[in-house]
Amino acid sequence: MAGMTVIVRTIARLLFPFTFLFGAYIVLHGHLTPGGGFPGGVIIAASVVMLFLAYGIERAQKRVGFLHAEVLESVGGLAIVVLGLFGILLGITFLQNVFPLGTLGQLFSAGNLPLLYLGVGTKVAAGLILIFYAMLFAFRGGEE
Amino acid sequence: MQRVLALGMVLVIGALLVFTVSTNLLPFGSFPMRKIGENFENSIGQQILENAPLQTGAANVVTSVVWGYRGYDTLGEVTVLFTAVVGVVMIFRAFRRRE
Repeated sequence: MAGMTVIVRTIARLLFPFTFLFGAYIVLHGHLTPGGGFPGGVIIAASVVMLFLAYGIERAQKRVGFLHAEVLESVGGLAIVVLGLFGILLGITFLQNVFPLGTLGQLFSAGNLPLLYLGVGTKVAAGLILIFYAMLFAFRGGEE
Repeated sequence: MQRVLALGMVLVIGALLVFTVSTNLLPFGSFPMRKIGENFENSIGQQILENAPLQTGAANVVTSVVWGYRGYDTLGEVTVLFTAVVGVVMIFRAFRRRE
């Protein structure tokens, strides 16, 4: 896959930051507005996949490799479990909200909910990119 | 014959849906309350709607249910996603090796 024409590349390059920003916004405001980690992660993954399709797999692989996506996915999952263990460490139950709640409606509020959603968003985005990579490599035979 | 039968089924189900929506559903804009016995206010959904912002500090009630009240369930969802990704990567790697 060598990438597409100049028109598609330019549009993809211009759209990528906005799509990525929108996904990040959906993830980070998961505790305030509708959305959250799962849809936000999918939007972030879609923005990256759009770049892959426009520029070809060789150039995209230098930015986000297979190993990067694998590590990011595991880090996202681990972050959720570690945040849950904070509750046990402080003598309450698993996944208990142990951080200060803050004022309702602010970005830095609701204790560990935004952090958990950040972990979920990372995990979903990296996981979908990983699925995309796996399918590409299966039919193309590139090196991972 | 099969096509006529299918069309008839679609029409019947459609009519049933329209009938149900127009008669049995809540009026537009009304707030759904679950009735358990005589108590309106003591149902779990009502309790969560009233107490979630104070207990979890999240303005979005869905989020406070997803990660606040039912965190284990969402952890399971994340595990399902992880398993799915691992399965897809495994299957496609085996696929590649065989070619």
